[in-house]
Formats: sequence, structure tokens, C-alpha cells
Amino acid sequence: MAGAMAAAAGGDSDGESEELVLTPAQLIQSLEQAWLNEKFAPELLESKPEIIECVVEQLDHMEANLKRAKKGDLKVSVHHMEIERIRFVLSSYLRCRLVKIEKFFPHILEKEKSRAEGEPSILSPEEFAFATEYMANTEAYLKNVALKHMPPNLQKVSLLKSVPKPNLDSFVFLRVLERQENILVEPETDEQREYAIDLEEGSQHLIRYRTVAPLVASGAVQLI
Amino acid sequence: GRAWGAWRGGRQRQGGAAAREPPRGLGETGLLEASVSEAKAGRTDLIFLIRFRHCCLLRNQRCLLAYLYDRLLRIRALRWEYGSILLPPTINMTFNTSFCKFLLVEWFNRYKKSLATYMRSVGGEEGLDLTQDIKPPKSLYIEVRCLRDHGEFEIDDGTTILLKKNSQHFLPRWKCEQLIRQGILEHVLS
Repeated sequence: MAGAMAAAAGGDSDGESEELVLTPAQLIQSLEQAWLNEKFAPELLESKPEIIECVVEQLDHMEANLKRAKKGDLKVSVHHMEIERIRFVLSSYLRCRLVKIEKFFPHILEKEKSRAEGEPSILSPEEFAFATEYMANTEAYLKNVALKHMPPNLQKVSLLKSVPKPNLDSFVFLRVLERQENILVEPETDEQREYAIDLEEGSQHLIRYRTVAPLVASGAVQLI
Repeated sequence: GRAWGAWRGGRQRQGGAAAREPPRGLGETGLLEASVSEAKAGRTDLIFLIRFRHCCLLRNQRCLLAYLYDRLLRIRALRWEYGSILLPPTINMTFNTSFCKFLLVEWFNRYKKSLATYMRSVGGEEGLDLTQDIKPPKSLYIEVRCLRDHGEFEIDDGTTILLKKNSQHFLPRWKCEQLIRQGILEHVLS
């Protein structure tokens, strides 16, 4: 099966940018890693358009192969099941992102507005369009149903202040992929003092998300 | 049916109408303006009263907006649960009936359109329907029982199945997902 997938994906990797050429297995693993990170992180993570594009191409290739295959061949069911599984992971990943976008829309749009030039975006262009439309739609609704009927000094509401922010202090489980040294852990209460820890490769921890947010973004740790 | 009943029994009754009254009421009596002009004229002891009343108004505003937004979220959930439907006319409105209903339907239609545009942009030529594949796939085919007559149903290889009430079939999972959510088929777990 790996042979079939590699042959099918042979055309994938050409024409990609300076990125590494990934085998299908590595691509699916990156998808699963991105999926798990997104599921367990309290905030919206960076968008991964390259992974999504490649996975979609991969699925198209596999489906085309399936159509050409002989009916009743046992391999067909196995491939088909694999397609279903990959499609599920991809859908779940995108759904998770949409849910977070809808939940934190004013903060996400604000973050995107104040993003510096070289920094990677947390929203893909399509997600950005969706988020802006969602915000405009909801603002218009609230204004027309309630706000414009209120006394003059109550007709505005700051969505940035009213909509809750993601809780970056929530605890997450993680597995360390690359060894890290001297990670500074902020104190939670006034009695504690900040201290530094080393993260050994392969170890698992339960830690506040805020402390490890940059490590999740860089791929040094995997949320589980 | 079930979802509608629970939703109607929810807290969308008096709260909205009552919370909306005080802001209008206070403004109309002019009590607030009178206090404000007196406070500016030197009666600083009234400032406390004005601030207190303003806090009450702000709280009412937030309660009302939270209630309205919660309704929006329930309507949004309908799209994810039942697919791209038209809102049934039996939505219960507690105040300013037809115009508010119109605004809600307008929000829903815009949301559907926005979601559809996004889903089309992801995933190749046909887009990726994110409202499918909600659960991890356990098998390719599942045993289903038909709960109501649904007529003929075509599956991928061209064969048609007659979905008659109480008939049981062994069908591809992905074709059944939508029908199961709509309550036409039932997944039989042996």
C-alpha cells in the first residue's frame, strides 16, 4: 500500500516551493500533528495552508486510483478506508479552526490587524474572509435588533471587551519532540517564584499553555 | 422535532422583553437628563446616582446582547446539524415579531453563504463539506434501519435501494450520514 501511495503522490511534490519534499506518510503525520495541536490548544494556531493543499491533492490522487482499480479487489476497501480516515482528520482539523474563529472572532481579527510584516498569519485568506463576514454579520444583527433602539449613549458595544478571550493559562498535556533547556515557568501565585525547567526529548508533561505556546508553534513539542 | 421542543422551552421568553424596557423607559421620562444637568450645575451628590443607573443600564445591555447572541448560536447549530435548510416558519419570537424574525433569517442566510464559500475554497474542485464526517469512520459499510418511507435512494455503483419503513440495509457509511442526522435512517448496532 505504501508503494501505491508513493507512486500516486509522485506528482505532488513537484512544483512545491522551497519546502521539503514529504512522503505521503510524513504528510499525513504532519496533518495529524497539526490536528492534535489545534484540538488541544486553547487559542487558534498558525494556519498550515501547505499541509492542507498537499493533503487535498493526495486525497484526489487516491480517489482517482480507486476509480481505476478492479472492483472486488480487497485492496480497494483498504484504500477506501484510508481515504475516509484522512478525510475525517482533515475535516476535523478545519472544523476545529472554524469553531475557534467563531468563538474568538474579535480577538483573532484584532491580532491579524496588528500583525507585523514578516510574521506568519494565523488565518488563511479564506478563513480571514469567513471571520470578517461573521463579524460584520453578527454586528449588523445586534445593532439592528437591539442596539439602535437603545438610548444614545448605549448604542455602541465593544466586542473586543465583551467576547471572552481564549484562556492561555489552561493546562495542556504535551510530549517533547526536541530537547529544550531553561524554559522559564511563571509563578501562578504570589508565594511561588519563577523557575526554569529542562524538557527532555520524549518526556511528557502537564503544563500551562502560556509557557509552551512558542514551542508548540515551532514544533518542538506536540500536544496530546 | 425534538430539538425544536427543547429550544422553545428554553429561556427565550420574558428575559428579552423585560431587559429591553428599562433603557427606553428611563430615557423617555427624562429623569437621567435632569440628573445630569443638575449634576453639572453643582449637585455633585447626584453623580453617584447617575453612575449607578448607568451601570444598571450597561448590565441590561450586556444581558440583552448575550441573550440575543445565544439565540444566534442555536440557529447556527441548526446549520451544522441539519444541513443547508430553510428556517421553518415556526420560530418563536417574543417581541417585535416579523421584523426580528426577518433579521434572524437574514443572519442565518448570510452565515450559510459565508460557510459555503469557505467550504468550496478548501479542498479541490468540489470543495470539502465540513458538516460531514463528524465522527471517526469505523467501517466502510454500516447496517441501517429505515425509520420512515423515503423512496428510492441511489448509491455510488448505480444500484437503487427502496427505503421503506422498517427495511434494513447494508449501505456505505458516507451516504447514510446525512440521512441518519435527519432521522430517516437509524444506525443498527448489533
